[in-house]
Amino acid sequence: MENTPPGDDVDNLAFLSKQHAEEFEHMSWTQLLAQLGVSKDRKVYIQLFRHFAPRVKAYIRRLGVLESVADELTQETMLSVWRKAHMFNPEKAAASTWIFTLARNQSIDWMRKQKYPEYSYEEVFHDAEESATEGTPDIDQGLVTDRVMTAINTLPENQAQVLYMSFFEGRSHAEISSRLDIPLGSVKSRIRLACEKLKQHWRGEA
Amino acid sequence: MSINHHLDDATIFSYVAGALPQGMALVVACHLSMCDTCRSRLRAPEAVGGALLESLSPDRINDDALEQVLDRLDEPDSTSVSSAAEVMPVQSSEVPQPLASLIGNSLDDLEWKRMVPGICYIDLPSGPQGVTKLLRVAPGGVVLPHTHRGNELTLLLRGSLSDEIGRFQRGDVSDLDDQVEHQPLADSREGCICLVATDAPIRFTTLLGRLVQPLTGF
Ligand SMILES: [Zn+2]
Repeated sequence: MENTPPGDDVDNLAFLSKQHAEEFEHMSWTQLLAQLGVSKDRKVYIQLFRHFAPRVKAYIRRLGVLESVADELTQETMLSVWRKAHMFNPEKAAASTWIFTLARNQSIDWMRKQKYPEYSYEEVFHDAEESATEGTPDIDQGLVTDRVMTAINTLPENQAQVLYMSFFEGRSHAEISSRLDIPLGSVKSRIRLACEKLKQHWRGEA
Repeated sequence: MSINHHLDDATIFSYVAGALPQGMALVVACHLSMCDTCRSRLRAPEAVGGALLESLSPDRINDDALEQVLDRLDEPDSTSVSSAAEVMPVQSSEVPQPLASLIGNSLDDLEWKRMVPGICYIDLPSGPQGVTKLLRVAPGGVVLPHTHRGNELTLLLRGSLSDEIGRFQRGDVSDLDDQVEHQPLADSREGCICLVATDAPIRFTTLLGRLVQPLTGF
């Protein structure tokens, strides 16, 4: 009988990766991303990549980007997850929320050939009182994401429509107005109503 | 800094969605750099982005994509200049950081062009629709009464401006659309400098305004 050393096992990589998945099973994506920020551990990164890269690509594709470009933008986004993980704050956002903003900037910069203007992050770090203005109670951000998803699913259809057109098609108020053939004011009031409802759920009031 | 006029919910939402035209996004990013209140208002719409990302059915990823990325993790970060800027405290400057990357750190010594008597401007990159300009209005200078076909965002950087809605000072943003007619007036001794972005042509409501509109570039 052949005695294969564990190191030569062709299934070893897959096995290790499965073992890591078990090792991290008890952790949420948000906790994993926070850990990556501290440890820069490739095993942690692989888990995050497996979960988020296919979703980031799905988001970028919905913006109307060709598949080959979407692959490239997905890789760039996931690379910035590795590079910027130390800036992630698990008390302020879920992993999915933070990765969404990275994917958004990556794809808009490419589509517009101009950098999407970002506010200066460093001032956020200096602002310890921020949560006093508007914040969520100190709970797991993954739960916040679930609550927000529930809220999205209960929006009236005309509000959900402007939400999807904004997030998944990147359409401005003016574009939505002409697409749906409704006045600019109606587009904005639908968005405002949706915001109100989403905020209630986000705060845990609904 | 005490800021009294903030962004509309609909503007913040579209900024977060990545759906705001370039010039308007610039004004928003500048206001956010100055305003704690509006920065905290980003968090709910950002959570919407996160929830939507999580809800998407995963797309197919090439088998070698992970390996390619793993190979690149040790590469020097070509974007390190901007990421260094992101973690370094920015020196307080009169010019908010997103605008400073376009015009530098000072509002003085810029090459202003004359629009109409009392008003000078500098053109900034814009989307396909509307305009983005830095405006300098002389003391007592008025912008002719106008309404908007679309949105008009104005951020005060120096001096002050009054209109039918109120008085705007440094950091304040006026976030208007076609529901409003107004006639802004630079009401302080030093005049004012503001950053303006529109996403459609504005509509001057007086005959004189309509006559000079071609000259103004709005
Ligand atoms: Zn504000």
